Amino acid sequence: MAELEQFFPLEIGRAHEVCGAGASAFAAMACGADRSDNARTILWLQLDWQSDIVNPVGMTPFCDPSRIILARAKNQQMLLSCAEEALRSGAVSHVITELYRPLDLTAGRRLQLAAEMGKATGILIVSEGMGSNAAQTRWQCSPECPTSVSDGHNPKTAGLTVLHWELIKNKKGTLGSWKVCWNAQAHRIIVVSEACQ
Amino acid sequence: MHRRIVSLWFPRLASDRILRINPVEAPFAVTHHEKNMERLYCLNSQAVQQGLVQGMGLSDARALCPDLRTGPANLHADHHFLSALLRWADRYCPWVGFDGNDSLLLDVTGSTHLLGGEEEMLEDIHQRLTHSRLHVRSGLAGTRGAAWAISRYSKGIVPQDKLKIALSPLPVAALRLDDATCTALQRLGLRTIGELMAMPRATISRRFSLDVVRRMDQALGDQSEQIEPEAPKISYAARITFPDPIGLYGDVIAGLERLLNRICNKLKRQESGARALRLICQRVDQAAVQAELRLARPMREAECILPLFERSVRELDAGYGIDQLRLEAFDVEPLPLVQVDANTAHQDSGDALDDLITRLGSRIGLDNIIRFLPAESHVPERAFVEASAAYTSPESKWPRNQGSQRPLRLFSPEPINATSRIPPRKFCWRRMHFSLVKATGPERIAPEWWLDDPSWRSGVRDYWHIETKQGRRLWMFYTPRHPAWFVQGEFA
Repeated sequence: MAELEQFFPLEIGRAHEVCGAGASAFAAMACGADRSDNARTILWLQLDWQSDIVNPVGMTPFCDPSRIILARAKNQQMLLSCAEEALRSGAVSHVITELYRPLDLTAGRRLQLAAEMGKATGILIVSEGMGSNAAQTRWQCSPECPTSVSDGHNPKTAGLTVLHWELIKNKKGTLGSWKVCWNAQAHRIIVVSEACQ
Repeated sequence: MHRRIVSLWFPRLASDRILRINPVEAPFAVTHHEKNMERLYCLNSQAVQQGLVQGMGLSDARALCPDLRTGPANLHADHHFLSALLRWADRYCPWVGFDGNDSLLLDVTGSTHLLGGEEEMLEDIHQRLTHSRLHVRSGLAGTRGAAWAISRYSKGIVPQDKLKIALSPLPVAALRLDDATCTALQRLGLRTIGELMAMPRATISRRFSLDVVRRMDQALGDQSEQIEPEAPKISYAARITFPDPIGLYGDVIAGLERLLNRICNKLKRQESGARALRLICQRVDQAAVQAELRLARPMREAECILPLFERSVRELDAGYGIDQLRLEAFDVEPLPLVQVDANTAHQDSGDALDDLITRLGSRIGLDNIIRFLPAESHVPERAFVEASAAYTSPESKWPRNQGSQRPLRLFSPEPINATSRIPPRKFCWRRMHFSLVKATGPERIAPEWWLDDPSWRSGVRDYWHIETKQGRRLWMFYTPRHPAWFVQGEFA
């Protein structure tokens, strides 16, 4: 089983995909955990008719909300064109895009090239099974039921939310599955246990 | 040196403005809706000959003169036209101001000799205005009040020493008094200014307000009166006309570059920056297409603005060709010069971000790009405000985690089927079934009574942090006054 440190924080200059109920938390943690010099503005792209909004107050444990710029587009095509423009410009360090339709290979590849050119990290929040093959990594994230994790035996994670992250696609390396927690003080991920397959 | 003031009165400004463009050789009137009725607002001379007067109802006028042609009044356009005349009057003296909505005042002190004298100047003014089909009446005198009186009730030039003689035969209305005062004066038998001047001042001021005496003093020069000149308005616009129509993208960009250079040089001289620019392309088929650019920060560097225009210029439809380009900066902000040194090199990243916001704004609109700013409120949806990213800068005073956690995603409350006081053991939300494992709470949040928010009409809310067996962690609330449960957010 591979170590999580190899894949997280996410590789810079690539576009990654994430799906599942914990996807937006994953994106927020990916931005917060990146402590390189590269960490600058985050562009969060959403649809303008979407009712779920990112709550900046809820974002504070993960990353600084003043880094976030939220842009609202009409449809998926606009979302993708804005994401590409932003990734290519190099003015932002992370571009998080919430997609609602399947992503085709051409669009995925274009984002990949744009991210490479602007040295930015692209995070695409997709629905299950709607990603493209061009993604560098694809993660499936879901929160874990509190009883299934035996509390108390690990004092590091007492009282913290346990998340189940599964790497289901990786262009460079092996897949993996981890149970993790977020440490808000240290701004980093704690691996609780490597989930048994 | 005595002051010399010209009053130019355009008695038919509104109708002249329309008739200059569409001349009609028939009775014509401009109508305006006032006092609950369409009334004649401005007439041409043929209409006056037919016996029509200003202020008459339109239906009465039609009865008197069946072939009357009319047009609607446009007060805004009239003012615009008068402003154009004001700019034109700059050729005679630098000190020109508005006087009401149909006349101009020119302080020509010391500038009459440039045209050969006072008579020559007035003649020149009349000649030029008549040539452009405008009716004008003028008066030249030593005071503003006298010039006004002469232009309305007489004409010509009044030398300084003959001011009293010239004003004496004019009616009292020439003193710019209201109708009620004029009528009252006439009832007393005071019909002309000369008769009024012969009266003792104390009697007049006791009988009427001080206004009459003040207006008389102003007309005779015993009391000074100012002319407020209009501040010169700098327009940031440039245009280019082509001998042959153009249609290629590269040509339009090359034309645009020339215009941008001109505007940017002007912006640089005035130490300001453009926030919004508009390119208007006049096509050979008389249509016009335009491209608008809104910038995320004020800018005046032509080489930086030009690439931002590229996208919208590409979308323009040139039709059969474009023969005129006009570029205007319609939103200009002050942008002082800044000393650049090596230590401020990090500002480049901010500039790059502003450029990105501009480019995204040209796709999805600048209003759709927002930034969160913290707000002082314990109501979860009002603990932050969404502000336009282009007009604000980031603020880092976010409240640190004060025990009560807030959800990562927030949405408008979605009801679930439960009414009990304690959190439901099983419930259904968004067509998914959940069973409760652990509930933390309640945290009671009261509505802000000083703001009437319809979504908070149901009173206080008890918020619970619900952990479910399915894994998802929801933020739910119970309203004790109207027992119901709602889901409002989801934790990480």
